[in-house]
Parts: sequence; C-alpha cells; structure tokens
Amino acid sequence: MAGIEVRPSQRLPPCLLCKDCFLFLCVKKHRPMHRSSRTLHLRDLRARMNFKNLREYLAWLYYQYLLITGIYVLEPWEKSIFNSILFSAIAMVVYTSYVFVPIHVRLALEFFLGIFGGQPESTMALMT
Amino acid sequence: MTESPDTKAADDEVCRRVKNGLKPERNGLAKSLYPCPCHERPPKNRCHTAEEEVYAASYEGRLYSRPFIEYFEETPMMVAVLTYMGYGILTIFGYVRDFLRHWKIERCHIAREKEEQKDFVPLYQDFENFYTRNLYMRIRDNWNRPICSVPGAKMDLMERATYDYNWTFEYTGRVVQDVINLGSYNYLGFAENTGPCADSAAEVTMKYGVGVASTRQEIGNLDRHEEMEKQVARFLGVESAMAFGMGFATNSMNIPALVGKGCLILSDELNHASLVLGARLSGSTIRVFKHNNMQSLEKLLREAIVHGQPRTHRPWKKILIVVEGIYSMEGSIVRLPEVIALKKRYRAYLYLDEAHSIGALGPRGRGVVDYFGLDPCDVDVMMGTFTKSFGAAGGYIAGKRELIEYLRSHSHSAVYGTSMSPPVVEQIITSMKCIMGEDGTTIGSERVQQLAENTVYFRKRLREMGFIIYGNNDSPVVPMMLYMPAKIGAFGREMLKRNIGVVVVGFPATPIIESRARFCISAGHSKNMLDQALNVISEVGDLLQLKYSRHRLPPSSARPFDDDVYEDIDD
Repeated sequence: MAGIEVRPSQRLPPCLLCKDCFLFLCVKKHRPMHRSSRTLHLRDLRARMNFKNLREYLAWLYYQYLLITGIYVLEPWEKSIFNSILFSAIAMVVYTSYVFVPIHVRLALEFFLGIFGGQPESTMALMT
Repeated sequence: MTESPDTKAADDEVCRRVKNGLKPERNGLAKSLYPCPCHERPPKNRCHTAEEEVYAASYEGRLYSRPFIEYFEETPMMVAVLTYMGYGILTIFGYVRDFLRHWKIERCHIAREKEEQKDFVPLYQDFENFYTRNLYMRIRDNWNRPICSVPGAKMDLMERATYDYNWTFEYTGRVVQDVINLGSYNYLGFAENTGPCADSAAEVTMKYGVGVASTRQEIGNLDRHEEMEKQVARFLGVESAMAFGMGFATNSMNIPALVGKGCLILSDELNHASLVLGARLSGSTIRVFKHNNMQSLEKLLREAIVHGQPRTHRPWKKILIVVEGIYSMEGSIVRLPEVIALKKRYRAYLYLDEAHSIGALGPRGRGVVDYFGLDPCDVDVMMGTFTKSFGAAGGYIAGKRELIEYLRSHSHSAVYGTSMSPPVVEQIITSMKCIMGEDGTTIGSERVQQLAENTVYFRKRLREMGFIIYGNNDSPVVPMMLYMPAKIGAFGREMLKRNIGVVVVGFPATPIIESRARFCISAGHSKNMLDQALNVISEVGDLLQLKYSRHRLPPSSARPFDDDVYEDIDD
C-alpha cells in the first residue's frame, strides 16, 4: 500500500473508549486501519451511545457493573447486601490507604535515602 | 471437482494460519488424504485473522469445490475472567439462598424429597439442580414463552408477568404483536397458515381425520405415508426412505437397531442428545473425536482397526461414524468430503444427521450432500427431520432399500411408535414438492436462494458490527456469544422490549462460560426485517457491551485507497 506515510502530527492518542485499551496495544491494533477509519471508530463509539447528561451515563455505568458482576439477576435485597459489602470493603481500603500509605512511603523514602545518601559520608569518614 | 473461478480468486489472499498455536492440520485437515504435501504460504498482512481456518486453493481443488470458512474466535481473556467471577458471585448467593431454604427462613418453591426420605441417598444434590434452582430460575422468563400465532417470520406472544421472581407466571391478557422471530427453525419459511401447504393439509384432514390410532406395522400405514416416503427418497436421491413420528425418537431408537455389542461408534464431540442417547442405548463402544477434526477421527479409526476390540483384540463388527450436517449450537458444517474419503479408506459406515441442514443448505436445498456436490450413495444412513425446513414434525431415515426394509421390522420406533398424522404428512409432501419445483412454481428454489442470501448478509453485518459469531459462513444458524450470565437474561429481555424474539442458551447446552444467543435465519425474513433486527441487535449490543470481537472489519473495507480519503477528516 504505497502512499501512506503516517506523519507524526497525525498520530492520534490511543482510543479512550476501547474495551481492552492498554497504551501500546491499542495503537498497534489500529495500525492496519488507516487514520480515517480509526477516527470513525472513535466517532462511532461516542455517537452510538447518546448520553444526554451525566446522570444517564452514570446510570449506564451502574448497569454495566450489575451485568459484569452478575448482580443483575438477583433480587433487590440480595443486590443491596452485595453492594453494601462491596462498598464497605472499598471504604475500608480507601481509609487504610489514607491513614497508612503516607507513613509507609515516608519510611521507605527514608530507608532508601539512608542507604544511598549515607554512602559518600561513610567513605569520607574513612578517608579522613 | 474442478477449481472454480471463485476459489482461484481466493487463492491470492488465502493463507494457512495457525490456530491457538497449533498447526492447521491438527484442527481439521487430515494430512493423509492428500498425497503430495503443500507448502505453507507465508502469512500476509492482508490475510484474515488467526482464528480463521481457510484452506489453500490447491486443497480445495481436490475435495472441496468451494472455500470452507469457519470462525471460532477465542474468548477474550478479560471476558473469561469476568464471566467466572460472575458465576462465582452467583454461586455464593446460591449457597446463601439454599441455606435460607434449608433452615426454613425462606419458603421453598422447588421439588424436594419427602420428610420420610430425608435419610436416603439424595436425589436433588448435584450441580445441575443447584444451577436450575439458583441461576436458571432467575432468568427463566426468557424461555417457554407462549406463542399465540403462527411462528413465521413474525409472531405474537402472550405477555407474562411474575410477582415472585419467575417461580410462577401470570398472563396480563395482552398480546405482544408482530415480534420478529429470530428463534424458530423456520429456514424455508414453510411455517405458515396460508398457501398451498396449509390448504392441502386441511383437505386431507377432511378426508382422513387427524389421528391414525395405530402403529405403522399394524394398521396405521396410510397411502399418504407411502407416497411421502417415495417422495423423500426421490428428494434425497437415494433408493428408499422411512419416516417416523418424532425426530428425537428416530435417532435414539434406530441407532440401537443398527449397531450393538461388539460394534464401534465414533461420534463427534458436540453431537445432539438424541444421537448420544441412541449410541448409549445400543450398547456399543463409543469413542469421541474432537469437533469436526478429521485428524482426530483418522487417528481413532486407525487405532480401532489396528487394536480391535478392547480385551480380545478381535476386529470390530462394524464401525459407525456419527456426524451431523449442521451443528446447531456452533453453526458449523461437517467436513463431509473428508469424512467420506476417510470412511471409504477405512471401510467404516457413515450416519449423517441432517436435522438442521436438510432444505437449508445446497443450491437445490437437498442438504449438506448437495452443498458439497457429493454423491448421496456415499452416505450409508441419511437421517433428517421434517421439523426444521419443512414446517412439519417427524424424522426420516434414508438409504439403501435393504437397510430400510430391515429397519421397518427391527426399529423400535417403527414397531411401537404411532404413525404420523395425515395433515402433517400432507404438509411434508406439499412442501417437498414445492422445494423440488414439482408443483410447477419456482417458489421453492426462490426460497432456497433467499435463505442463502439472507444468511450471508446477516452474518457479514454481524461480524462487521464487532460481535463474536461462531460457525461457517453459509450456515443459517448464527450463534452470537454473550459469555456473562447476567447478559443472557438481559439480552433476551432487552430484545423482547424492542419487539424481537431471540433464543438465548446457556449451561448445560453449552460449556459454562460460552453462553450465546442463537439466531435462526429464515427465507421468510425480508431484507427490511433483517435490517431492523440488525439495528436493534447493534443497539442492544452497545447497551450491554457485547461487541467483544478484536478483529473488527471496517465497514468500508471495499473502499480503495486514494488521496482524498483524508479530506473529510479534520485534525
């Protein structure tokens, strides 16, 4: 197919709405499709699902969550139980990370800086 | 079999690709059937995807007169993981509900053993019952929908409501009208209540009544039955045929009559339950080969002939290969030319179940034998049903005259089964005449043509949209993968909301993560109906995120490259 030169300015960022979009995988997949059909792909995805407002989009995301976890088929009280368990688990994770992650990061930084930062000092101490 | 122009054109773009890391021979083509090996062509960028099996034109020139293209795209990893996770969550909730039922916190609607039998070996404990109670019941409203009109291209459904989550249903009294029917096995559109078939059936009912009140052997053999059997034999191009009242019973009762102890049955992995039941009832040794895999079949044949029966090593009395024309859950077509070549080389017998392919494949509608352009005398036992393409009920077995005479007196179904009802027989006769063109019109051949066009169009559009579709390009059975358990129920319901009736299938008819929606194309569907259905399927596919395919073909693939392609694109 002579005639295609992908000029640097034409390279689009990877498709944000692709199903399994990892940074390079998406670009590679789109390479056989020339740029016009790639943009069409993006436009198609955004055009097909018409979300009038944010609420509808959030409702659709909730629907996807129901479908993927399988909660969709359960009765409402079972859905509530599962949602509350999941929500509390996530809340606990968030709280724990809020409380402990800064402390752990600080300790780790001190530890590593201590190893590398301390070296020149000790050799200097040895020489003098 | 000469190389036709279309295979020559396909020559340039055709290449042999590996599937799942195995060489192509492992998954279908039997190398021993081709004396001079063909070199593998280097894969080209324009070629089709790794999951496709496309055979080089040189092979096609020998056994296949047309390209044999089947797709079985692999399950995406993320989807498989999420599906297992979904089933896991539902299983946990299933255990919770079972616990509540056991401790009487919740009322139990299901069948249980009586109080006195509590200490006996349990009847209802295996996984399939657990699955029925806790998963199937929750989405049960997608099955057993009552239809109150002819199941043609459009039908009417009775509306149902449930107030206790699908344990019981009540009718609201309203009727959902003009639902596009993508689930009936109505391949040639003969399920109709007007037209020559219905008229002749009504006439015959006036003359003969509806019930026959006897078996064929005793006093239930009407002249219409004789004429129908002669017609079936002429239709298929064989010497003689025999019809039975039920397609399932045809398989399950006739295989035991043909083979017994000391015989070997080689049956495909995905054979229908009736074939499996018939094979088990016969008492022969059963060996299973991988689905549509001729390499596996050949290996089994060679082993069988070399080693003989298990302990005594005596030669097998008979070897019977049991295959189907179209496998309805996969939409794949059997590799009949290779099966026949193998059968001839290793001197086995062939039992071909054409339940879905009779009337639906082939340029003249004569089934999979006609589709491949083969000789019907090569198939020893041709079996089929009248349910699918002929709009009637029942099954038939066709073959040599001696075989059919033998079956008339030795088959359980013939001896004990009630004979077919006269209007049904008349429907078969009239529809068969129509397909053969003997009634003086071209309706039959037009319908066969229309079905082929509809199939190709529907499949192409679905693949372009990005769904994962299994099976052969020419098969009117189109399975579309859904995978996740919640999407099975959601798909059925959303389609019905938009006035389209589909059949969704899950475990145990399919492997547990490969649940699917199965569309059956009919010659009665006009292009408008198909377009409408496709738009709705696309809409629901976006809503439910079902477009899993990673090899989406761009719709404008036929567009040649030129410079003005970039003009309408803004930066």
